[in-house]
Amino acid sequence: MEILKAIVETVLLFTFLAVVTAMLGVYLERKISGWIQSRLGPKHVGPQGLLQTVADTVKLLQKEHITPLNADAPTFNVAPILVAVAGLLAWMIIPFGPAFGRIIMVRDINIGLLFFLAMASLIVIGILLGGWASNNKYALLGGFRSAAQMISYEIPLALALMVPIMMAGTLSTRGIVEAQAGSIWNWYIFGGPFEWYLAIPGVIAFVVFLTAATAETNRIPFDLPEAESELVAGYFSEYTGMRFALFQLGEYAEAFGMSALAAVLFLGGWHGPWLPGILWFFIKMFALVFFLMWARWTYPRLRLDQLLNLSWKGLVPLGFLLVLVTGWMLV
Amino acid sequence: MGELAAFIILSALTLIPAVVVVTSGNVVRAAMSLIPSFLGVTGLFVLLGAEFVAGIQILIYAGAIAVLILFVIMLTEGGTGLAIRQLNEQRLPGIVVAGALTAGFVVLVVRTAWPLAAGALPASNVTAIGTAFLTDFILAFEISSLVLLVSLVGALVIARKEL
Amino acid sequence: MAVGLTHYLVVAALLFGLGLYGILTRRNAVAILMGIELMLNATNINLVAFNRYVAPAAVAGHVFALVVITLAACEAAVGLALVMAAYRTLETIHVDEINLMKW
Repeated sequence: MEILKAIVETVLLFTFLAVVTAMLGVYLERKISGWIQSRLGPKHVGPQGLLQTVADTVKLLQKEHITPLNADAPTFNVAPILVAVAGLLAWMIIPFGPAFGRIIMVRDINIGLLFFLAMASLIVIGILLGGWASNNKYALLGGFRSAAQMISYEIPLALALMVPIMMAGTLSTRGIVEAQAGSIWNWYIFGGPFEWYLAIPGVIAFVVFLTAATAETNRIPFDLPEAESELVAGYFSEYTGMRFALFQLGEYAEAFGMSALAAVLFLGGWHGPWLPGILWFFIKMFALVFFLMWARWTYPRLRLDQLLNLSWKGLVPLGFLLVLVTGWMLV
Repeated sequence: MGELAAFIILSALTLIPAVVVVTSGNVVRAAMSLIPSFLGVTGLFVLLGAEFVAGIQILIYAGAIAVLILFVIMLTEGGTGLAIRQLNEQRLPGIVVAGALTAGFVVLVVRTAWPLAAGALPASNVTAIGTAFLTDFILAFEISSLVLLVSLVGALVIARKEL
Repeated sequence: MAVGLTHYLVVAALLFGLGLYGILTRRNAVAILMGIELMLNATNINLVAFNRYVAPAAVAGHVFALVVITLAACEAAVGLALVMAAYRTLETIHVDEINLMKW
């Protein structure tokens, strides 16, 4: 009985996530990019173009699956599923907030943040295999770039996570949010319920986390793996129909997941005045999603050597310094 | 009952891809099969109550080592996926030696009376491991950090183009 | 039937045997490294299983499994760097063709 309940809950949550992240994500992306570029964006299907993504999904579902002749067929078919599943599984540890007398989250596991990082690292494998299995040099180059980029940026990501972990003394996301209760100044970006000067590592860790998360999710200005002017479309050049959509789903799920995690770790999760908690969580998450899209339509793409230098010579030493300074300040 | 079922599924998930790893003629397929094998071992760790080790196992083995191996295979001649002879002439001796050693291990494991102790694992894996690392096992911790640093520098120097 | 220590040890022994077979029969240097990774995984299963069933209160098994994982990462990095260096100079990574040091 227990297992049946768990399965139903998981299916419901993942369906909700797929709809919110992929469909709403694509719609927001198009609307916001239109707004930034003084265009209208999708307008015709449904009110204000709201049903445009639904129409697109129906179109993608009807399309033919093309497997290139010299592609490695089993690998080619498994790779998008791996990306989508890992991207959605990362949501298991995100606490949405109190509703119906309990905290809405799939599982509160005691290694929560480690689990999130582990799932983010599994996405690399899917992308690399997808790029290799397409048997196309552009796809392979995209896969290589993505692997180099994501492995480089996992380290500053983990180091930035260490700051809230050290402040809260737990890896459980729920525990971290509960430690930020009280006033707005107890959020870890403002130094948590400690001395005021802990706000300095808090803010820097937040910036490092957002930068690394943008790179980890392959978004502009760090979208080298799928740079369309150099690589056609990167690792998913050869994918058609729903398999292409699964790659997109995985990417949007990860981008939204990173925003949700930043809201949980640095911005106090569901805590906030007046409004109900779950609403606060979504406000914070969508504000960060808007920030990611804003950055996307503002900055040009970096070169590969600039990208790797930024991680290895900038963010990684800064991350180690942050961990050291936070530890020193907390003691 | 549930535990036994989980154990059997996870063992199969570990061992069947491992067979592909050592026998497949396509090196990329072999390296790919490492990933389900590592994930199966992760599942066994969770079953044994070692959540922290399980998380690190996915992060390091599946997320880093497997990607590194795939990367190197694709950068060298294996990446074409063409069938080259992958096994050497030692197949028969290999089967005999590995089979004999495994059989010896299994007999040893089954016949030994292990000094089992009942008891529960510490409630918080992470705290217990952190405390143990910085008190009882501080020397192991320091030495492995040093080895990590040296191998980082060493790998960079070895893989550099111009010496 | 409950799952006991013996079950885990048998699985670990089988995994170790498979890894050893891979090391003995593979020509590709990277494939040999994959065999080594399998053997290290088998060792980790042993360490964690002994920790669970023989001395549950201490976490020594977990600690040593973590040290083994760290050293496996080092070994993979240095080993693969060596493979890349060998490929660059000798244009092969098959260990039976790398015989410059042989008389």
